[in-house]
Amino acid sequence: MIEVKNVEKSFQDGDQMRQILFGINAKFYDGKVNLIIGQSGSGKTVLVKNLVGLFKPDSGEILYDGRDITKLDRKAMKELRKEIGMLFQGSALFDSETVMGNVMFPLKMFSKMSTGEQRERAQFCIDRVNLSGSESKYPSELSGGMQKRCAIARAIALNPKYLFCDEPNSGLDPKTSLVIDDLLYDITHEFGITTIINTHDMNSVMGIGENIVFINKGHVGWIGNKDEIYDVDNDDLNNFVYATDLFADVRKYRLEHGYKPTRLALQK
Amino acid sequence: MLMLRSIGIPDKWREFFKRYMGEIYKLGIDSVPLILIVSLFIGALCTLLIKLNISNPLLPRYTVGLTTREIILLEFSSSILCLILSGKIGSNIASEIGTMRVTEQIDALDIMGINSANYLIMPKIAGLITIMPFLVIICMATSLFGGYLICVITNIIDTDTYIYGIQTLFIEWYVWFALIKSLFFAFIISSISSFYGYTVKGGSIEVGKASTDAVVMSNIMILLTDVLLTKLLMM
Repeated sequence: MIEVKNVEKSFQDGDQMRQILFGINAKFYDGKVNLIIGQSGSGKTVLVKNLVGLFKPDSGEILYDGRDITKLDRKAMKELRKEIGMLFQGSALFDSETVMGNVMFPLKMFSKMSTGEQRERAQFCIDRVNLSGSESKYPSELSGGMQKRCAIARAIALNPKYLFCDEPNSGLDPKTSLVIDDLLYDITHEFGITTIINTHDMNSVMGIGENIVFINKGHVGWIGNKDEIYDVDNDDLNNFVYATDLFADVRKYRLEHGYKPTRLALQK
Repeated sequence: MLMLRSIGIPDKWREFFKRYMGEIYKLGIDSVPLILIVSLFIGALCTLLIKLNISNPLLPRYTVGLTTREIILLEFSSSILCLILSGKIGSNIASEIGTMRVTEQIDALDIMGINSANYLIMPKIAGLITIMPFLVIICMATSLFGGYLICVITNIIDTDTYIYGIQTLFIEWYVWFALIKSLFFAFIISSISSFYGYTVKGGSIEVGKASTDAVVMSNIMILLTDVLLTKLLMM
């Protein structure tokens, strides 16, 4: 489990300091798909970058199964990183490597496996994300969805305990998005990974959100799951969730059939 | 800070040597055709212009070969060659690393726990420093051959006189001087270009700007270092 306690983060903005995160408290559970949602500019990407150690918070604690990464030395942090997989918004595949090369890369750098074993493990990951037959293709020869699947295969190659995904569905059509969501959901449960997905795709939220943390203007606005999100009394969350007609209709239907949220912020 | 992170023990030696050999090929061997073409023409031009400008009955005819050799050994084969190569290699390094930065490939390395600066920059610096002296020697030989060729083609002086000229009053130290300078220039090109690429922020426009800035700054630093080294090593 990853636990975030009172995390604050500011950046220099001209002569002033601009605070992005204000006392964030949240828990991300093992074997569950944890979503961080919020509008663009709400601070969710900054939170994820703090979680993975790309940024250091100004104050607060980030505990990976009790290990506070803000206090870990370089060596311990390096060890911890071997337990982390990350799927980037733009996939971040290495252009000069094939699909097989990309998936084998973390194995080459960190495992003690022989080349044959590395290839076997990489093939397993490639098969798992349904990319069989594309092993010798370069990233530029892959579609957006295939690139994402290759990035997932690379992220799980070292059998990580924690998997971070930054906007995994960005730039993908709805059908491919569902494929990626299902894949992330299945992998999370199959391998018992703590998966944290940074998204504002409501289809993902409603489809796979087992633990949802809503970030609003740098604060935690709400924590719950996909079954609770329809009936929440929170203007900011409702404005975010029901910004699309589709989910406004779902909410209307639920209201007409006996579900009674305490208040509607945006009712059409 | 970036240099400190870059110069350190690689995470995996095998991977380092693979990248190191790759960089030697990409930055060095791939530059040989350009070096051959430029050196051949510059050598020919030097010979031609020296012959045209110092036609004096008081000067021996072999002065053309001698002066061509001195220009090539002292300045062209190291400094001017590196200025030319900084355009090719510097922009290559800055744009490659810069693109990796804006497409989050460097973040991906960092997340994996790899020292991205060391992984990306160290093989380039080591590779270019290794191959540069060989490129300088190729440049020297080709330039002198260019001078010989123009003598054959235009018959401005006979080839025996040219060869006598390039052998006369030969000072071996000048060759070492050029090779020593080239090591410094190789470090300047690879490190400055890597810095500009690694620290780029934004998108493709910024990568292009970083690439240009890397070449400009490398050139300025090469010229500055050239003056300093000439003062230190020749006086």
